Amino acid sequence: MADVLKRIPVREQDAKERATNFEEVCYGYNKEEAMEEAARCLNCKNAKCIEGCPVSINIPGFISQVKEGNIEEAYKVIGESSALPAICGRVCPQESQCECKCIRGIKGDPVSIGKLERFVADYALENDIKPVKAEKTNGHKVAVIGSGPSGLTCAGDLAKLGYEVTVFEALHELGGVLVYGIPEFRLPKHKVVKKEIEKVKELGVKFETNVVIGKSTTIDQLMEEEDFEAVFIGSGAGLPMFMGIPGETANGVFSANEYLTRSNLMKAFDDSYDTPIVAGKKVAVVGGGNVAMDAARTALRLGAEVHIVYRRSEAELPARVEEVHHAKEEGVIFDLLTNPKEILVDDNGWVKGMKVIKMELGEPDASGRRRPVEVPGSEYEIELDTVIMSLGTSPNPLIASTTKGLETNRRKCIVAEEENGQTSKAAVFAGGDAVTGAATVILAMGAGKAGAKGIHELLSK
Amino acid sequence: MYKILKAEKLADKIYLMDVEAPRVAKHCEPGQFVIVKMDEKGERIPLTICDYDREAGTITIVFQEIGASTMKMSKMIAGDYFRDFIGPLGRPSDFVEEDLETLKNKKMLFVAGGVGAAPVYPQVKWLKEHGVEVDVIVGSKTKDMLILEKKMNEVAGNYYPCTDDGTYGHAGMVTTKIEKLVEEGNKYDVCIAIGPMIMMKFTCLLTKKLEIPTIVSMNPIMVDGTGMCGACRVIVGGEVKFACVDGPEFDGHLVDFDNAMKRQQMYRTEEGRAILKVQEGDTHHGGCGNCGGDN
Ligand SMILES: Cc1cc2nc3c(=O)[nH]c(=O)nc-3n(C[C@H](O)[C@H](O)[C@H](O)COP(=O)(O)OP(=O)(O)OC[C@H]3O[C@@H](n4cnc5c(N)ncnc54)[C@H](O)[C@@H]3O)c2cc1C
Ligand SMILES: Cc1cc2nc3c(=O)[nH]c(=O)nc-3n(C[C@H](O)[C@H](O)[C@H](O)COP(=O)(O)OP(=O)(O)OC[C@H]3O[C@@H](n4cnc5c(N)ncnc54)[C@H](O)[C@@H]3O)c2cc1C
Ligand code: SF4
Ligand code: FES
Repeated sequence: MADVLKRIPVREQDAKERATNFEEVCYGYNKEEAMEEAARCLNCKNAKCIEGCPVSINIPGFISQVKEGNIEEAYKVIGESSALPAICGRVCPQESQCECKCIRGIKGDPVSIGKLERFVADYALENDIKPVKAEKTNGHKVAVIGSGPSGLTCAGDLAKLGYEVTVFEALHELGGVLVYGIPEFRLPKHKVVKKEIEKVKELGVKFETNVVIGKSTTIDQLMEEEDFEAVFIGSGAGLPMFMGIPGETANGVFSANEYLTRSNLMKAFDDSYDTPIVAGKKVAVVGGGNVAMDAARTALRLGAEVHIVYRRSEAELPARVEEVHHAKEEGVIFDLLTNPKEILVDDNGWVKGMKVIKMELGEPDASGRRRPVEVPGSEYEIELDTVIMSLGTSPNPLIASTTKGLETNRRKCIVAEEENGQTSKAAVFAGGDAVTGAATVILAMGAGKAGAKGIHELLSK
Repeated sequence: MYKILKAEKLADKIYLMDVEAPRVAKHCEPGQFVIVKMDEKGERIPLTICDYDREAGTITIVFQEIGASTMKMSKMIAGDYFRDFIGPLGRPSDFVEEDLETLKNKKMLFVAGGVGAAPVYPQVKWLKEHGVEVDVIVGSKTKDMLILEKKMNEVAGNYYPCTDDGTYGHAGMVTTKIEKLVEEGNKYDVCIAIGPMIMMKFTCLLTKKLEIPTIVSMNPIMVDGTGMCGACRVIVGGEVKFACVDGPEFDGHLVDFDNAMKRQQMYRTEEGRAILKVQEGDTHHGGCGNCGGDN
C-alpha cells in the first residue's frame, strides 16, 4: 500500500526525449492511479480546497465519485462549475489555488486535484460524454467577442440558459491564448482544446471566425444592425510590450507572442505547414513568466541553446513552479539577476549578441517584491542570434477606441464590475484579461461566468 | 470559406481576384488591407484591398507571384475557396476623414510602382467619386507589366505611365517623372507613394528635397495583422510603430527604410526553401549536397 502522505506520481515523457518533440510532457493518470489518488482525499466537511478554486468546483464531491470509479458522475459534478476542465486541469496554477489549501498538504503532499480533474475531463472527451443542453431557446440574442476562456465560458453558460449566442473571433481558429499562446506540449490542440470547444458548440453556440470587432464591424453596429441585445467582451490582453532598448527592431528579435503564434497557431514547427520560423542557434528569452517559459521551451524544441534572462532571482519567477522545473529538466539555462541594456546587431541587420548588466535585490517595492537594482560596472556581452521579448502584454485598444462610451483605465483595461461584468456602457459586459490585464485561464473563466450572470439578470427582467 | 468569383491574369506573374466577403466589403475604406489564408496549412498573407462592391459583397485583390504562397495562390481559379479572409485591417487613408472642400483645393500626386498600381486604384477612385481629380504616375519594368491601365485612366486626372526600359510612356523610373513634372511647373501639396520599399525610399528622398509631404504604404512581414505580435514593426520618426494597426500608411519622410528593408529579408532562406518545395515537389530531396535537406 502506498504512503498516504505522498501523492501518486504522474507519468511523464522523459526529459531528454521530450526536449526534441512537441508531444505532451505529462501523460496524466490512468483510471487505477486516479482512483488510488482519489482515495487520499479526506472528503472534508468544510472543504478548504473549494475556497481556493476561483470557480468553486465541488472538489470533494467529484473526487468521491472518482474514488468509486464513477467517472461520468464526477464529470457532471465538475460541469456544474467549469466549462473547460480538460484545460484547467492542465494549466491552472493549482499550487497557489485549490491544492495549497488542501488539508492533506499540511503534513504531506496535497491531493493532486488538478491531475484528477484532468483525468475526469479526458475520460469525458475520449468517451464523448455530452454536456446537458438547454431544452429550448428563449429568443434573446447575445454577442460574445473573443473565443478565449472568458468568452467560451460566458457563451456556454448563456447557451445552457437558452440564449442564442454568437461568438466573434478575430483569428482563424477558436480558443484565444489556448491555441496561439500555450504550446502543444502543455496543451494539445486537437486532442483537448478543439474537443472542449466542440462541447460548447454542442450547446448550440454559433461561432464566426475572421471577424475583427472594431474593423469588420463594431459593437454599436452589432447592437443596432444585427439585433444583439447584449454583448460580452472577452478580447484578452494580446498587445505585446517591448523594452525600448537599442537594437530591438533588428532581425532575430521577436515578441513572445509572435514566436508562439508562429509555432502554435501557424504550426511553423511542422514542415508541412507554410509559415516559417527562425529557429536560432543560441536564443535569449527576456522575462520570467509562463509566457517566457513557453517561448524558451519552444525554442529548445526547435534545436536552440536557450537562456532565460530575468532581472530578479529564482524565488521571484512569476511562472508556474511545475513549468520552471520542466524547463530546467529539459536544459533551459537560467541567467538570473541579469538585465538587457542593448541588442547588438551585425552589418546585415541581424542580432549578434546582447549587452547585459548584473542586478542585485534592493528594498521591497510597492508590490512587496524586492526591487532589482543595477550593479555598477557589471556590464558584459553575450553572443546570440535570436532574442525573444517576453515582458508582458496589455489589452489591445481596438475595441475601446471604436465603441462609444466604453470606459477604460490608465492601463488600457476595460472598466467592469467584478460580480456581473457590467461596463460603463448599457448592455455591454466584459471580463477576463481585457479587464484585469494578463492573468490566468481560471480567472478569465470566472469572469465569463459572472458576465453570463449579469447578462441573464439584464435580459430576464 | 470565401468563394473566388473571378480569377484573372493581368500580366506576367500578376493576378486579380474577386472574392466573396460581405462583412469586409460592407466596412472597408481605401488604404485598408485583408489577410488571406488559402487552406489548412497555409500562411496568413496580407494584401491590399484594390476595389470593393458593397452591394455584391465582394473584394478585389491583386497580387504578384513572388514566393511559395503567392505561387500557390496563382493556381487558384474561380469557384475555389479561401479558407480564411480577414479584414478590413489597418487604418483607412487620411483623406477619407478630411474635409472635402480642403481636399478639392489640394493638388495630389499618386506614385505607384509595379503591383502598387492596384492599391493606388481604390484611393484615386474614391477621390474621383468625391469630386477630386489627382495626378497618377505608374511605373513598371516594361510595357507588358503595366496593369489596370484602362481603369486607372478612367479615374485619374492626369495619368502618366512610365517604363524602365522605355517600351511605353515616359522612359525611366517614377522618380525621374516626378522631377520632370515639378520642373514643368506642377506644384503638389502631397504625394502618396505605394510600391516596393526601394521605390518608396527613393521617392521619399526626392520629395524631401522637393519639399512635398509624402505618404507611403508600408508592407512589412505580418502574421496576425491585428496588433498582437509586432512582426510588422517599423521605425517612424524614431518611434516603433506596428504597421498593421498604426498604419500601413505613414509619413514617408519619417520612415526608417533601411531598417524596414532589412526586416523584409528575414525569411529569405526559408522562402527559398519553400519555393523549392513547391517547384520540385516530391523530387526535392534529390540530394544536391548543398542545402542539407529540407528539415
Ligand atoms: C504563452 C502563455 C502561457 C500562459 N500560461 C498560462 C498557464 O499556464 N496557466 C494559466 O492559468 N494562464 C496562463 N496564461 C494566461 C491565460 O492564457 C490568460 O489569462 C487567458 O487566456 C485569458 O483569457 P481571455 O478569455 O480573457 O482572453 P484570451 O485567451 O486572450 O482570448 C481573447 C480572444 O479574443 C480575440 N480578440 C481580441 N480582440 C478581438 C476583436 N477586436 N475582435 C474579435 N476577437 C478579438 C483574440 O483573438 C482571442 O482569441 C498564459 C498566457 C500566455 C500568453
Ligand atoms: C499591408 C500589406 C499590403 C500588401 N499588399 C499587397 C498587394 O496588394 N499585392 C501584392 O502582390 N503584395 C502585397 N503585399 C505583399 C505580400 O504580402 C507578399 O508579397 C506576400 O506575403 C508574399 O508571400 P509569399 O509566400 O508568396 O512570398 P515569400 O517570399 O515566400 O514570403 C515569405 C514570408 O515573407 C513575407 N514577405 C515576403 N515578401 C514580402 C513583402 N514584399 N511584403 C510583406 N511581406 C513579405 C511573407 O508574408 C511571408 O511571411 C502586401 C504586404 C503588406 C504588409
Ligand atoms: S481539502 Fe484536500 S483533503 Fe480536503 S476535501 Fe479538499 S482535496 Fe480533499
Ligand atoms: S502583424 Fe502582428 S502586430 Fe502587426
